[in-house]
Amino acid sequence: MSEALNIIKDETLTYNQELIALARLGESTDDTIVYSDEYYAAKAKGALCDLNEGRMPYRPRYICPDYELLFQKGCEFLELEPPKDLLEAVNVLEIFYRHVPSITTFPVYLGSLDTLLEPFVIKEDRAYAKKVLGLFLKQIDKTLTDSFVHANIGPEDSVTGRLLLELTEEMQLAIPNITLKYDPVKTSDDFAMACVKCMLRTAKPSFANHRMFVSEWGERYAIASCYNGLNIGGGGFTLPRMRLYECSLDAKSIDDFFENELPKYIDLQLEYMDKRVKFIVEESTFFKHNFLATEGFVKQENFTGMFGVVGLAECCNNLLGIKDNKKGFGLNEEATSLGIRIMDAIEKRVAEHEAPYCDAYGHRYRLHAQVGIDTDGMDDAPGTRIPIGAEPTILEQLEVNEKFHKYFPTGTGDIFKFEETYLKTPEAILPIIKGSLANGLRYFSGYLENNDVVRVTGYLVKKSEIEKLNKRQQSLNNVTVFGKGAQDGGHALDRRVQKQDDINRSCK
Amino acid sequence: MTLTAPVNKIIPFSNVDGPSNRTAIFFQGCPFNCLFCHNPETINMCVNCGVCVRNCPVQALSFDESKKVVWDKQKCVQCDTCIKVCPHTSSPKITWMSVPDVMKEIHRTLPYIAGITTSGGECTQQNEFLIELFTEVQKLGKTCLIDSNGSFDFEADPRVLKVCDGVMLDMKAYPEEWHRHLIGHDREIVLKNLHYLLEHGKLYEVRTIIFPGRDEENEAAVRYVSEVIRDRCFYKIIRYRPFGVREKYLPELGEFTTDEAYALKYVELAKSLGAEKAYII
Ligand code: SF4
Ligand code: SF4
Repeated sequence: MSEALNIIKDETLTYNQELIALARLGESTDDTIVYSDEYYAAKAKGALCDLNEGRMPYRPRYICPDYELLFQKGCEFLELEPPKDLLEAVNVLEIFYRHVPSITTFPVYLGSLDTLLEPFVIKEDRAYAKKVLGLFLKQIDKTLTDSFVHANIGPEDSVTGRLLLELTEEMQLAIPNITLKYDPVKTSDDFAMACVKCMLRTAKPSFANHRMFVSEWGERYAIASCYNGLNIGGGGFTLPRMRLYECSLDAKSIDDFFENELPKYIDLQLEYMDKRVKFIVEESTFFKHNFLATEGFVKQENFTGMFGVVGLAECCNNLLGIKDNKKGFGLNEEATSLGIRIMDAIEKRVAEHEAPYCDAYGHRYRLHAQVGIDTDGMDDAPGTRIPIGAEPTILEQLEVNEKFHKYFPTGTGDIFKFEETYLKTPEAILPIIKGSLANGLRYFSGYLENNDVVRVTGYLVKKSEIEKLNKRQQSLNNVTVFGKGAQDGGHALDRRVQKQDDINRSCK
Repeated sequence: MTLTAPVNKIIPFSNVDGPSNRTAIFFQGCPFNCLFCHNPETINMCVNCGVCVRNCPVQALSFDESKKVVWDKQKCVQCDTCIKVCPHTSSPKITWMSVPDVMKEIHRTLPYIAGITTSGGECTQQNEFLIELFTEVQKLGKTCLIDSNGSFDFEADPRVLKVCDGVMLDMKAYPEEWHRHLIGHDREIVLKNLHYLLEHGKLYEVRTIIFPGRDEENEAAVRYVSEVIRDRCFYKIIRYRPFGVREKYLPELGEFTTDEAYALKYVELAKSLGAEKAYII
């Protein structure tokens, strides 16, 4: 069977997924962009990964259109007038989204929905506005069927922001991803609390460190796809990643790693990026003819290349000969310090490289802590995270993250689990978020863990007790007296499985 | 000599030991002996009998030169065998810490917390330690709450309340006989503290446990507390849970958690008696 036939006969693929797979196959028949032999060798070893970007980029990977501009002047190509009321506004957006390309074919950035829509929302009756926004969200969920579709809210409180939170909770939709741009002064505690409560029930919004992003990008930044910081009216050309664990496998010593292996792979990834960026700008038609570019919704100079890394933890543990992740990176000072040394080295070398284009960033690429893809297995933890199974406390997790988030203007983040009692005490979460953002955390995602054992008050839960309880709980689930309780528990569990889709934010 | 105290555990982030996010510090040792105690191993101080040392599967326990049992936290696999075999309802897994030792831990959590809560065991047994600790913590602009069973005479040593922002007091039972049976101690000191703390504006919250099927006893406690506190402090109604309770007491107290609907009746009762800030957990 030909590869095309394989795709066409694959029952697990939707029509859209087939289309994308076939397009990628078509792309792969061309070899105009040629990389060095060393690059191909590194890729074959798994040390470098192109995240299936395809061989012939015909658009930038991530595009963040300037929706404010759309509302000001409309769009000639799509024959859209500037909207005059809420219905027109959501209609204009829905049409426009359909024409924003990306690596996934879906728009990865929907705009700051609250600031965009607020002038229209406040002119309407609240119930009517809610109805319209509800239909808007439903339209997004059912037509932009990809969890990397991302909307932003905040930093200020607004009627629209509140309505979007209410609807997110009520409708329990998986799409879009939502981020609150959190600023300790501009974001009120009340609005932040509304976001925390919504987060406990739907795993969104996440919290972005507004001040940090503004210091790197200026006010006009977007959070797109999983957690990517990019310019509004710009985006990311490409995102390949170094798989640091694999990059460390041939190192004869830590010194050898720093002197030879690490610089070699950094340079090879830079080679890959340079060639792709040049191709997108010089050969593909996107910046020359696509209406997004010709009408000014994006500007080529506002794009940058995203230099991705994964598996820092496993890399450090391997270099130090640490077999047990529980005693390694994040939980062991030596391994964590080595991680800092590695990131410093990567940051420095990437900053020394003169990148083609990327004018808005002094011709420099920006680092990205890539979140991992399903095929990574257990070798490379996302970005700079502590590997799953090493089970740090939230405190340890925060302390480690705070050391590493500063390296990644184009995005990094971590997910924090909260046990069920937090549903009754959501106010206990806000100080954690505030404290961590003030301490240098870039991006905070939280969700509620369905845990059988919760500490109620003033007493300690012992590990052995949890095990005993889990056993008892299991047997109880079959007892009719507890039928209702167990059923409730069961549903809660179902919901959680669904939720895991949106918290498992692997970048495709 | 440096002042030290036996610390059973420090929980960096707790959402259930007082308002907001707090660091909770659990001390070893308690003068009461509640039948339903969820952590009976925190009741007594270790007498260094050595039973646990012989039973630890990974040799995390040993004797030091002065024949005291010491615990190697790094080696320990948290199997809790030591707790199970201890004939003295104690635990070898405690750390004697100085105030600077505890402050070192608190400095890590400081950016993320509203304050600390000391608990136990019974933390007020370490009153000298608490006074020093709270003074340090308050200097950092954070609040200090005490979780207490009410066995400590707050009036007799007013220094503690001076540096403490509030007390969460257990009023586990009310009828005299039932209190003596359940708690192993007379109720007088607890009642005295209830009034004293309330009058001095230091009662943050009262807690009462609702036992399955104990209509009379439950009602007596809820009635008494509600009529005293009214809306002047929180009132936490806690459902009895069998977690951690010693096997031998389970038949009397119950194998199952108190039904939520049943416990909710007592929240309603408390509210109808003016304890508007009653809630259930
Ligand atoms: S809990 Fe730790 S100290 Fe106690 S018996 Fe188990 S391994 Fe030994
Ligand atoms: S913890 Fe218990 S068993 Fe172990 S030495 Fe102390 S009193 Fe004995």
